[in-house]
Amino acid sequence: MNWANAIVQGILLGGLYALFAVFGYGVQRLIIQKSLEVSPLTTLLVTFGLSVVIQNLLLVAASADSHSFDLGSLISASMRVTPELSIGYVPLLIFVTAVVVLSGLQLFLSRTAMGRAIRASADDQEASSIAGVDTRHVFGIAAAIAFATVALAGLALGSSSSFDPSAGPARLIFAFEAVIIGGVGSLWGTLAGGVILGVAQAVGAQIDPSGGVLAGHLVFLAVLALRPQGLIRARLAT
Amino acid sequence: MLEVDHLTVRHGYLQALTEISLTVAPGETLAIIGANGAGKSTLLRSIIGLHQPRAGSIRLEGRDITGLPPHARVREGIALVPEGRRLFPSLSVEENLLVGQASGRPGGYGLDVVYHLFSWMADRRWEPTVHLSGGEQQAVAIGRALMANPKVLLLDELSLGLAPTMVRRIYGVLPELVAKGMAVLLVEQDVTQALRIANRFQCLLEGRTTLEGKPADATTAKIEAAYFGLAGRSGPGSAA
Repeated sequence: MNWANAIVQGILLGGLYALFAVFGYGVQRLIIQKSLEVSPLTTLLVTFGLSVVIQNLLLVAASADSHSFDLGSLISASMRVTPELSIGYVPLLIFVTAVVVLSGLQLFLSRTAMGRAIRASADDQEASSIAGVDTRHVFGIAAAIAFATVALAGLALGSSSSFDPSAGPARLIFAFEAVIIGGVGSLWGTLAGGVILGVAQAVGAQIDPSGGVLAGHLVFLAVLALRPQGLIRARLAT
Repeated sequence: MLEVDHLTVRHGYLQALTEISLTVAPGETLAIIGANGAGKSTLLRSIIGLHQPRAGSIRLEGRDITGLPPHARVREGIALVPEGRRLFPSLSVEENLLVGQASGRPGGYGLDVVYHLFSWMADRRWEPTVHLSGGEQQAVAIGRALMANPKVLLLDELSLGLAPTMVRRIYGVLPELVAKGMAVLLVEQDVTQALRIANRFQCLLEGRTTLEGKPADATTAKIEAAYFGLAGRSGPGSAA
């Protein structure tokens, strides 16, 4: 792969994330905001309904076949650390990307005016509106960031394993478990939770080839029973 | 500066405010007094835009702002210090103040002015607000409202849950703000405190104005009658 090609591909990917971000802002402002103003339960129903609609649209457009992104020889390329241990380039790249994205999010949320407005609106929407924050716009921006991050995560998932239109809910459980293990509201906790879940699944699979997912769930249940607030308590929560 | 004209607000079937009218001029302090449930907080919340009125209008310097959402009213120059302070628990003192700048309204109030007004605050700027006492939290809430550079400052029950000395210290900053031409509309259950600080007062009972005038002209008996509704409910009276 030559460098010019890589840069062009990168720019195109940036366009994809921007597209998802704009899409996220629109979905938030046009669909989810309306339901938020009714009740949290309505939001749950509306987003659940949206997930069903999206899965079925994908089914119609892309069939039920399993796909994965073709990365050529890169997918199996790895570096040998010791004779026993080798690390694949793709998983490594994904992990580094996750750390970079989380660092960026952390900086954005803690240092910028918009980040501050997002945290304030999450604390108390009404109080932030009377402090002069346009909370609908802030929610839209938060959704845009979430959608762009999801686009990135989707690419990472598609590059490292296969996917089909109904693959979402199973992944959602893993994401949910990672957040709970790490502690709701803590970005680095989510990364730690993801790592713990991943290690549990890999070690579980080593013990019994079909036991990986089960081991992950057991670790999740153990955390829920012993430390329900998660490993890292969200900052300054009351 | 701020004109509220025949404002009627309902909460479901409950008529919270009935044709309330008031005006506040630059450099003036108007106190709204009244018992629990008289509609004082509803009045302030309607002025900032958290309740939509059934009828009537709200104008700021002649501009009708009745249809604007809260954040747009802040941009026009109204700020509210809400009842219960409503600080952001996951933000530090300084971050709470900075959120007050979200409207981007230009003016003379910034972090340095607020830290000058409340001298203890600069040293504790990185602390979470949950570590502060009630009075200190109230000061941060006032600072956050000032950061929006309001023309009209709405204060909802500043004294609630505070020790009397703290109440006097908090109210002690008002004359400085008013001297610079800010209009202050305050709601207060502590009638003595309210009448001490205000140029004019208006007494609400069950969503209607029962008495209005200057504190100097009102006798205790008249205020008591208007406050508790002892004088009959024949419409607004006048203390003057």
